[in-house]
Amino acid sequence: MVLSGSIVGKAASIFDKGYATLTQSYGPEARGGSCTAEVVMSYEPVDYPYVTSPQVIIILAQEAYTKYGRNAPDGTLVIVDPDLVSIPDNTQPDLLCLPATRMARELGRVVVANIIMLGFLAAVSNLLPAEALRKSVEASVPQGTESFNLQAFDLGYAYGREHMGRHDGDSG
Amino acid sequence: MMSVDGLMEGEFFMNGDDACAEGAIAAGCRFFAGYPITPATEVAERMSRRLPEVGGVYIQMEDEIASMNAILGASWAGVKSMTSTSGPGFSLMMENLGLGIMLETPCVLVNIQRAGPSTGIPTLIGQGDMMQARWGSHGHYEIIAVVPDSPQEMFDLTITAFNLSEQFRIPVLIMSDEVVGHMSEKVVMRQVAPEDLVTRPRPAVPPEEYSPYLSGDDLVPPMAVAGEGYRFHVTGLTHDERGYPVMTAEAQDKLVRRLVDKIRLNKKHILRMEEVGLDDAEIVVCAYGITSRVAKRAVQLARQEGIRAGLLRLIVVWPFPEERVRELAAQAGAFIVPEINYGQIVLEVERCAAGRARSILLPHMGGGVHHPETILEAIREAAV
Repeated sequence: MVLSGSIVGKAASIFDKGYATLTQSYGPEARGGSCTAEVVMSYEPVDYPYVTSPQVIIILAQEAYTKYGRNAPDGTLVIVDPDLVSIPDNTQPDLLCLPATRMARELGRVVVANIIMLGFLAAVSNLLPAEALRKSVEASVPQGTESFNLQAFDLGYAYGREHMGRHDGDSG
Repeated sequence: MMSVDGLMEGEFFMNGDDACAEGAIAAGCRFFAGYPITPATEVAERMSRRLPEVGGVYIQMEDEIASMNAILGASWAGVKSMTSTSGPGFSLMMENLGLGIMLETPCVLVNIQRAGPSTGIPTLIGQGDMMQARWGSHGHYEIIAVVPDSPQEMFDLTITAFNLSEQFRIPVLIMSDEVVGHMSEKVVMRQVAPEDLVTRPRPAVPPEEYSPYLSGDDLVPPMAVAGEGYRFHVTGLTHDERGYPVMTAEAQDKLVRRLVDKIRLNKKHILRMEEVGLDDAEIVVCAYGITSRVAKRAVQLARQEGIRAGLLRLIVVWPFPEERVRELAAQAGAFIVPEINYGQIVLEVERCAAGRARSILLPHMGGGVHHPETILEAIREAAV
């Protein structure tokens, strides 16, 4: 989760020449329990470092859905892994599902679920140019795993293109 | 990318603690002694990995008292040295910080502030050590403390801290905080040109004429390296220009005045601040560290509402920019001081404003940062 935040932040600030600030939960929970990563992106320097009104929330745990997803503000795109999160009703307007964990397992390694999710994010949102995000994945993963991770990214991207079309959320 | 001599160059997405370690290496630091403590552990962790790559030494000590002593010893051996800590560890370092001041030993002490007192909230932010930074060791002294507001400044100001410590032969404090230490942002790293790296003044006389505490007009005595053939004696006792103990009021007067005046009289070479919209400001928000970024947002919002607000960001907080605050007090109606404690730097602002402008404290007890709206509301209230 934190690596995903770092990849998004790096994509925005290094490969897309903007600004990004990543804050993350810190403590024992970041090493096995529930954790969060927040990224603020802008083409101007970021002052306040925390997310106040998210454009996109990616949720990979039921507890997180209860806390952040269910009450997401209007216009916020919520992306969940339906194998990890069950949605009690279908009333949420901007909700997309990506079975990232299942896809990662089928691809060979469950650890790349987050990278599949980033590919999907690139396809369905206008947060960042897909190429910037892709380059950031390549630059952030352990040496020797680049091509496998890029394969995972492309899988998520293709899934997003095929199933969802592009989501144009509110900016700002 | 990494250059041939092991220094990092280019753009990196990195947290503040890591950027601080890289800044130290870029500044020429080649010795680190410390004891891991949240939220400063990442500084030590990175130094433990990076120092061996650049021919430096990392040592994990038994505690923070020993850590502070070890960096003083390394500095006397001619090596730029640093330690990092937080909360309780900062308290333990106070005694030997005083020794460093008394021995006029260049070194850098990083405090990634967390919420106290005592163990407090180890994983969350505080800014409660600002007065401890000023007065935490016993006896009367001056200190230099810088306060970064971003991972980029963790890199840049660590270089500045080393330069100031070498120039004035004094331990320099980097008073960061948990949010700046743990947040990740773009950090542009560069090799520092040799002429931009300050090294301590060296003896210009032959060994037989050397007096280790004899200074010129700038009040900073040249410093020999142990083993170079210069005789010197260092002691925490009050000493004369030769470095030998002298237990008289006269020797005490001469030494303490010089230790204090070398900072006070050189203040113009030390002070650094950022000013936003102060030219016509009626409300001055005075802030430092992460809080200054929240304040900057609040000032922008206030300007959009037509309120003449400005920001005075303290980059060097000790010595305190008394003259600038006095000038602003003559122009503005009020200072607003948001800080993550129950009122520390506001006391300095109030002292310098001396009743000519109101000083309004906006405290946060720690564990989080102010919300821009909270500061904006205080600006609105002060403006009516």
